[in-house]
Amino acid sequence: MTLSAQLGIIVGYLVLALLIGLSAYRLTDRTAADFYLASRTLGTVVLLSTTFATLLSAFTFFAGPNIAYHEGPEWILVMGLMDGIIFAILWYVIGYKQWLLGQQYDYVTLGEMLGDRFGSGLLRGLIAAVSLLWLFPYVMLQQVGAGTALETLTDGAIPYWAGAGLITAFMILYVVLAGMRGIAWTDTLQGAFMLVVTWVAMLWLLTAIGGPTSATAALETEAAAHVALGSDHYTPQWMLSRALVIGFGVAMFPQVNQRFFAAGSRTVLKRSFALWPILCVLLFVPSFMIGAWAHGLDVTVPADGNVLPIVLTEFTPGWFAALVIAGAMAAMMSSSDSMLLSGSSYFTRDLYRPLAEFSSRDVSERREDLLARVGVVVFATAAFLVSLVNPATLFELGDAAFSGFAQLALPVLAALYWRRTTRAGIGAGILLSQTFYLLSHFTTVVPGTYAGWTAGVVGMALGLGATVGVSLVTTPAAAERRALYFDGNETGAE
Amino acid sequence: MGSLELVGWITVGIVLCALAIPWFLWGNSTVVAGLPVWLWWHVGWMGLASVVFRQFARRAWGLGIGIEPGPYPGPDSKQKSKPKPTGAELESERRGESP
Repeated sequence: MTLSAQLGIIVGYLVLALLIGLSAYRLTDRTAADFYLASRTLGTVVLLSTTFATLLSAFTFFAGPNIAYHEGPEWILVMGLMDGIIFAILWYVIGYKQWLLGQQYDYVTLGEMLGDRFGSGLLRGLIAAVSLLWLFPYVMLQQVGAGTALETLTDGAIPYWAGAGLITAFMILYVVLAGMRGIAWTDTLQGAFMLVVTWVAMLWLLTAIGGPTSATAALETEAAAHVALGSDHYTPQWMLSRALVIGFGVAMFPQVNQRFFAAGSRTVLKRSFALWPILCVLLFVPSFMIGAWAHGLDVTVPADGNVLPIVLTEFTPGWFAALVIAGAMAAMMSSSDSMLLSGSSYFTRDLYRPLAEFSSRDVSERREDLLARVGVVVFATAAFLVSLVNPATLFELGDAAFSGFAQLALPVLAALYWRRTTRAGIGAGILLSQTFYLLSHFTTVVPGTYAGWTAGVVGMALGLGATVGVSLVTTPAAAERRALYFDGNETGAE
Repeated sequence: MGSLELVGWITVGIVLCALAIPWFLWGNSTVVAGLPVWLWWHVGWMGLASVVFRQFARRAWGLGIGIEPGPYPGPDSKQKSKPKPTGAELESERRGESP
């Protein structure tokens, strides 16, 4: 398999995705609700695949098999619990309520929804700023993932910077041109593609090495501890910490959270809700088992290498390995373009516009539209430049982003379901938990673990405590609209 | 929809979360049909979760949310950002949905 043929497959796939995006673009109205939310019309298949493809980033595709390779396949359980069950429940508890509120009041972002309830532009800006802060490492994660994957596949012929640069260029082009509808359409293609390709990859590998029984037997000979449930690495606290942090974090990711506003109808939300656990099993079991089984095979994975492309290059034909990498890059692209799109809506709607209005500058639709696109380019390029320095592994980057977003989830839940939440309360909850987690992540002032529980989970508890505690001792500000999220006669949530 | 029903579904949700990882098989390394038995448990449990979620969506959707759904979708059900109300009661009254 020549290098140019492999590259042809990858670039060909990316171009196909771009063409689909462009045909969606032709259907696009030039309004914010259409650019960001496809005019709230997404159907079940499209909504499910777009949310799913968005979740399936380099974190799932590369970091997941890597961790299964080094530590054992228990990661499937963590991801299943967090994506298939915790996130599904939040899909209802946070998502359905946000959808109802979005239908009623035309909200496009989380900050907008909360800013309206608490009568605070500052809170709205704070939520946007915090979200953009954590979005940054996650966009980087995609670029690092694409860069290393292409480098491995081509044996270094395509250097890391070129692979990361390629994905950055495609995602910028994509978001600037297509908007939510384009992204949703290609996500549908990519979701289906990845599911099929992962299964084929696993079956191919198993055929080559003599079936699951001998693959697991080989793993047991090599590392018996990987087959037994639990280890020094997979402690109950560690597994639960990750599952909680990632599950709650996912619901606060701008690109996922914004999809709560984009569903076409209640039926769409209901169907997607019941399909979550099945989809997770279908995708995580094959992709992570490939990583786990690789440990018993005769492959060498460098400390910072990705196991999936290495195994595929070893056991499947070159064109197939290239196809899987294309799928994985598409997955990263669909995560990144959604992130950039949502990030730009947070920036223009919740940060730029309120500031411009405050300084009584005129904000034309056109200017805002232009700014949204310029913001995408600046953000993606900055993340690309930082990813060249490559300071962290995929897992660390992803974990930081998930934990950072997870800090938002409990104050938001309190606001949605507890009428007595005050502006001071939710503000304190967000500020305290973010400060705590930032300090634990970037400094040694605050420890990273507490009896096996991670700072991410401890920060969530602190944030909830501060939200409730401060709400109880403060009175609501005059501009707050406490009943906004409730019906008049509803008392159950008090 | 009673609070008993709400408590029941919350319990179901907690049980679904609690046993997605089979803690009772901790340290177990039995292999069945090429996969660890704890992985089979997880696969089965996720199938069960999907069935339970579907039942919830059919029978109890809307429970505990605190807002009754309006007549969606439709342009007339949407209200643009509205003037500031003087109090919470006024706000709920204005939205005028009966539970």
